[in-house]
Amino acid sequence: MKWRGQHDDKHAAANGLSRRWLLRLGLPGMAAAMTSLLGRAGRAAPDASGGFPSISAAGGAFRPGRPAGVPYGAPSPHESGVVRRWLKWMLPSRLSNASFTPLAALEGIITPNGLHFERHHAGVPDIDPATFRLRVHGLVDRPLAFSLEDLKRLPRISRTHFLECAGNGAVSWRRPQVNAVQFTHGLLSCCEWTGVRLQDVLALCGVREGAAWLLAEGADGVAYARSVPREMWDEALLVFAQNGEALRPEQGYPLRLLIPGTEGALNVKWLHRLELGDAPWLTREETARYADLQDDGRARLFTLVQEVNSVITTPSPENGLRRHGQQQISGIAWSGHGRIRAVDVSLDGGVNWRPARLEEPVLPRCLTRFRLPFAWRGEELLLQSRAVDEAGNVQPTYEENLKVKSARQVYHNNSITTWRVMPTGEVRHVRLA
Amino acid sequence: MCAWREKLRHARAALAAFSRPAVAALVALMAMAPVHADDWLKDDIGKPLTAAEIAIIDRDARPDGAGLPPGSGTVAAGEEAYLEHCAACHGEFGEGLGWVPALLGGEGTLATETPRKSIGSFWPHAPGVFDHVWRAMPEGHAFSLAPKQVYALTAFLLHINGLVADDFVASAQSLPRVRMPNRDGFVMPPHPRAQGMRCMTKCRNKPPRIAAQAPRKTPGVMAGEREEP
Ligand code: HEC
Repeated sequence: MKWRGQHDDKHAAANGLSRRWLLRLGLPGMAAAMTSLLGRAGRAAPDASGGFPSISAAGGAFRPGRPAGVPYGAPSPHESGVVRRWLKWMLPSRLSNASFTPLAALEGIITPNGLHFERHHAGVPDIDPATFRLRVHGLVDRPLAFSLEDLKRLPRISRTHFLECAGNGAVSWRRPQVNAVQFTHGLLSCCEWTGVRLQDVLALCGVREGAAWLLAEGADGVAYARSVPREMWDEALLVFAQNGEALRPEQGYPLRLLIPGTEGALNVKWLHRLELGDAPWLTREETARYADLQDDGRARLFTLVQEVNSVITTPSPENGLRRHGQQQISGIAWSGHGRIRAVDVSLDGGVNWRPARLEEPVLPRCLTRFRLPFAWRGEELLLQSRAVDEAGNVQPTYEENLKVKSARQVYHNNSITTWRVMPTGEVRHVRLA
Repeated sequence: MCAWREKLRHARAALAAFSRPAVAALVALMAMAPVHADDWLKDDIGKPLTAAEIAIIDRDARPDGAGLPPGSGTVAAGEEAYLEHCAACHGEFGEGLGWVPALLGGEGTLATETPRKSIGSFWPHAPGVFDHVWRAMPEGHAFSLAPKQVYALTAFLLHINGLVADDFVASAQSLPRVRMPNRDGFVMPPHPRAQGMRCMTKCRNKPPRIAAQAPRKTPGVMAGEREEP
């Protein structure tokens, strides 16, 4: 096997010689320059160990790497499989579709910006921050337009929160259809968001009596619009940064609404207009789409808060077990109702449970990492996780969920997920009866 | 404000042993302290919007018709506009093509195993049809249609759903009065919340049985434009 920088002996000998020659001539600076040139061209020094990179590294063989100065860093080429993916058949068009976060490959609770799931209804617009304006009107004393610079002069705050599409888990309501945690739960990500309070912006405009709802509209190709009830205004942020850098275009650059713990589609991206009114607009998106149809044919409006949920990311269909012996269960839990208080794990399909260890920090409306060591001797396992939040909500099984919800509602599936670990170590997504 | 007062009280207590003039000087200093950290110059941020500017951006329609623009359109004009701007994606009869949704049908299916949601079977109010076509269609070219075309298309869509006669004229006055079959089919919060049980041992009556298993390979997985093998 060749690794990067390895090359044949003829070149190696030539390189070694020329370096020695330069050194003998008392030109160490030139030698260094040449070394870096060689490094950039991927022609590293010969490997003294005869082809064992690990030994050569330990032995201190001189192999210059890539010089510093890459303008924007990217993951190692060995991680090229850690990417967002989408399902061709899931949504109506390429413009109106979704890509999923590779949860099984991530650690901790923060989602790297380039891997944050995307859901958009008309593609990703390209907005110039210099001409961008947020316009606020309707039931206010002073309708105002804000530039990005204006908004950044208000008090800023940073908060770490998950963001989850209402359709996360939709493919699994009726039966397990997808065999990857990327597709069962990957419409979920978590970032540190920075922005200003919605209420600070509204205070500048003077909210009029009777204002009970606001319409948040995005500047994308469908002017995506959702009504937000007044109870949610206090917690809402207008954010312009995620994980320390400007919002990614897919996440609403330059400005998006963020209402912690609510369904992703309420957190309108490319936010350019807020209209205050005395009643909800009942747009197509909140009636014909993001409303939950029940078995009796009636649909629930404004099911906005994402309920307590969890999933094991290792082992999972992507992360099968490769050998018997010591193993580590790792997963994530989250709730739109507050902090995660506990996560229990079962290895036997829900007969017996043991509490997992919660990794710090445990923040409200934020992903929480849980871990549990166990020993595997090759027996078949039925792995489940069950989260409890600080409001006392316990994550339901499918049966418990279907007591008050419908498998036809598409959205808001927070049921306990089961991974079947086979004796071969392969992991499959199953439904238990 | 409160925090500031609190600080002042502490300072007073701590300095009680000092001479009165010293305390007075300190109190005077603190009273002159700069603006409170949470304060800002409220009139300094944001630029007033004029009525003309608002008229340009205020493009939405509520169930009661508030926000619908002036103008009107007939079913006949709507049919013509539909064939030109919409049929390629939604089908000549609005039946839907591939994954592009149907614009009619599905009456009586909402409470069945295979509900079909359409304007006729599901949508709660007619101004919403105008609002959606105006802001979102044709896909990729939203806001390219004039209000009178959108009125005509709305009239046509309501007509093919059997909700209005063929001489219907859609306008800000007529649309809120159209009776949509499913107008009472939507429920406002609060909604019931599902709950699990935190049992720790011997939690099942019967041993678990695998009822269904996902296929090993998930079909149609795309990474960018490339389908994964
Ligand atoms: C380029 C293809 C395309 C064209 C042209 C197009 N549509 Fe659409 N339309 C779509 C897609 C795709 C959706 C679903 C979008 C989504 O759900 O995010 C849609 C959704 C709709 C919906 C909502 C349906 C529902 O039940 O939710 C209506 C109404 C609609 N279109 C009307 C129209 C009208 C009227 C026109 C012509 C002016 C038009 N469309 C032209 C692709 C198209």
